[in-house]
Amino acid sequence: MHAVPTFRKGGVHPPDHKVFSREQEIVRLPLPSELVVALSQHMGAPAKPLKAKGDTVERGEKIGESVGFISADVHSPVNGTIKEIKTVTLPNSVQCDAFVITVDEKQPGDASKPIDWRKLKKEELFASIKEHGIVGLGGATFPAHVKFTVPRDKKVEYFVVNGVECEPYLTSDYRLMMEKGKETLEGILIAAKILEAEKIIVGVELNKQDAIDHLKEIVKEKGWPIEVVGLKVKYPQGDEKQLLKAAINREIPSGKLPLDVGAVVSNIGTCYAIYEAIVYKKSLYERIISVTGEGIVNPKNILAPIGTKVSDLLEFCGGLQGDVEKLVSGGPMMGFAFFDTETPVTKGSSGILALHARKKVRRTPCISCGKCVDACPIGLMPTLLYKHITNLNYEVAMNSLSLLDCKECGSCSYVCPAHLPLVHTFKTGKKMGRKK
Amino acid sequence: MTEQPLMIVSSSPHLHDKSSTANIMWHVSLALVPATLWGIYLFGLYSLVIILVSIGSAVLAEFLLGKLSKECTIWDGSAFLTGLLVGLNMTPSVPLFIPIVASIFAIFVAKWTFGGLGANWANPALSGRIFVFFSFTTYMSSFTTPRTLLKAMPDALGGATPLGFVKTAIASGSSGMTSNELLAQAGYPATELARKLCAVLGINAYTIDSFLGNIAGSIGEVSSILLLIGGIYLLIRKIITWHIPVTYLLSSAVLTWIFGGLPAGLGMFHGAFFPSMLSGGLMFGALFMATDYVTSPLSSKGKAVFGIGCGFFTFLFRTFGSMPEAVSVSILMMNIITPTIDRYIRPRKFGDKKLFAKKEAVA
Ligand code: SF4
Ligand code: SF4
Repeated sequence: MHAVPTFRKGGVHPPDHKVFSREQEIVRLPLPSELVVALSQHMGAPAKPLKAKGDTVERGEKIGESVGFISADVHSPVNGTIKEIKTVTLPNSVQCDAFVITVDEKQPGDASKPIDWRKLKKEELFASIKEHGIVGLGGATFPAHVKFTVPRDKKVEYFVVNGVECEPYLTSDYRLMMEKGKETLEGILIAAKILEAEKIIVGVELNKQDAIDHLKEIVKEKGWPIEVVGLKVKYPQGDEKQLLKAAINREIPSGKLPLDVGAVVSNIGTCYAIYEAIVYKKSLYERIISVTGEGIVNPKNILAPIGTKVSDLLEFCGGLQGDVEKLVSGGPMMGFAFFDTETPVTKGSSGILALHARKKVRRTPCISCGKCVDACPIGLMPTLLYKHITNLNYEVAMNSLSLLDCKECGSCSYVCPAHLPLVHTFKTGKKMGRKK
Repeated sequence: MTEQPLMIVSSSPHLHDKSSTANIMWHVSLALVPATLWGIYLFGLYSLVIILVSIGSAVLAEFLLGKLSKECTIWDGSAFLTGLLVGLNMTPSVPLFIPIVASIFAIFVAKWTFGGLGANWANPALSGRIFVFFSFTTYMSSFTTPRTLLKAMPDALGGATPLGFVKTAIASGSSGMTSNELLAQAGYPATELARKLCAVLGINAYTIDSFLGNIAGSIGEVSSILLLIGGIYLLIRKIITWHIPVTYLLSSAVLTWIFGGLPAGLGMFHGAFFPSMLSGGLMFGALFMATDYVTSPLSSKGKAVFGIGCGFFTFLFRTFGSMPEAVSVSILMMNIITPTIDRYIRPRKFGDKKLFAKKEAVA
């Protein structure tokens, strides 16, 4: 027996809190009467609006067009009418324009005939992905067609699929693997075909043993060239760097991309979206969202149209209960707290959490315990970063302490006994440092 | 949705493990309880008074200094812990003004003049101990015979400093008498348990007794086993890491083993490393003083270097030096070097090939 793989340096073990929604099958949200579809659904430039106030739209119709290299198309999730275009603030503080769409009573039916993707050429598949506005669904929302553009001098030895879902609470990827395992694996094969990947590895953490078994079974039955690997539970294994270290034992140096070590990483949800886009010509206009946390009456995994307002999701789950102190979009380690329940969900919303008030602990000065140093998976010195940034020494923080390599995973803040706002400081520090 | 409660918007992460500064300080204090109780049993209730006075004056000093800067910091437990450490480092018969001076020196000079919690470069309790040791050396080096030893032999040589005594014992190995014979004159092994262990393991009696805690010494540092239990508790609770205690103990043991016999003319590889590991507060220093967060390096590699440094100096002072307080002074010296260690020894950055981060270090 060899040791269960994981990444080596740093990392933390937050309680996984997945019990709330783990056993909840994916349910479709009854269509809300109004959607707010933001034009900045992805990393990169916001899409250019293609519709104006009063226009009618159809489900799957392109309503926002990608601008520039890193950008993605936006599609209407429903048949309806554009009520207005207004500015919205997304949970990650991005402000952008959004279509407010009044949803029609009558919606088209679902069935469209599946296409045999094996007959399609690599280029056709690639074009299809771009056309359907696929972005990474793990949270970073990096446009898939950009990621899948492999420069001619590079080759993809490994296509690593991220089924880790290391953020506590979230269960949407887990449900996907359990309920749509075959489709997802097929999506993986499609992606691998586009990438001409030599090897395909799916990494899943061991707290989802049943999902691992399930996927393995399908792979075996179909004889697909996919390896499903169980990884030891450790946060932040879902990060590209840590996942590659764990799955193929390669390290991405600072400032480099997975491609530089011969790999491409995709979230497992993205692969399912690719499957739907290719086989059913379905644009990315809905996604699975875990609405969970101790503050939700009936936690659920919901298939909801992009643009659904959080209030509609909460209502569907029976509302809030208890002493709810925070609403978080995404996971509790890296997600964004927001307060406005009229905020719409985007392609990147993996979860909506309602968290109860936690015991308040008084902040003390840094006691130099070094726990943050041990926890940082990147090998930074968070306490020194903190000291230099609070002393406005941005230069030192950026240059000799590699502030920009911090990926804001939150491990350091999680363990800090002094309860210092380390990640918060690093976010501000990066902004200030870049300005200079 | 009818009404919406007020939501807090703050930066990620939204979870935290259960640790806090105060929590850590109380756990360390808890880990010292077995050794404390044993000390009180060995040396009598007066020891308890000493400890209470130390804690009281440390907390009071912290409170008064807090008043000056209008913040109350006694809740974080660090002053309590400093006081406890000072108390445990007193000899059992010191007049009460000494722990008071030591505690006040620890809190006022070593901690607050440098900016309070987290900003001091020297371990406060250690500084307090060293300060009073060199100011009131006579008081600080007159030891009381422990209760267990008294029972075994009423006229035991309680006054001899334990380590000096062993040095003599070892030297006597070459002058006719075996060390165990000499030790027996002084009352070791002291208890039935020690006698049995001594017979079974064949280790010299003094070593056994210092492991179990039947020797003279400062209130809290006589029983290695109880200190070890406390240390293991801290390791399990992940409050300290193994790096400092293990490297410290090992490096000093190895060095003592190799070179420790030289002053007594026994040649290389004849050093009595066991007694040196188990006595004179080395265990106390390695587990509770050197591991002080504020004054030890941040990274694991840095901690290992720190531990080896402590071990080296301890060995040096004990074997070749005439300076008392080898452990305290060694740790203090390494405290001084800590910022430098932190500047040059950093964790390897993810993706870097080199073992040590090579950046022009600015700290
Ligand atoms: S948030 Fe940044 S500094 Fe903190 S542990 Fe993660 S990568 Fe390291
Ligand atoms: S974890 Fe917090 S208290 Fe400990 S060294 Fe890091 S910043 Fe300081």
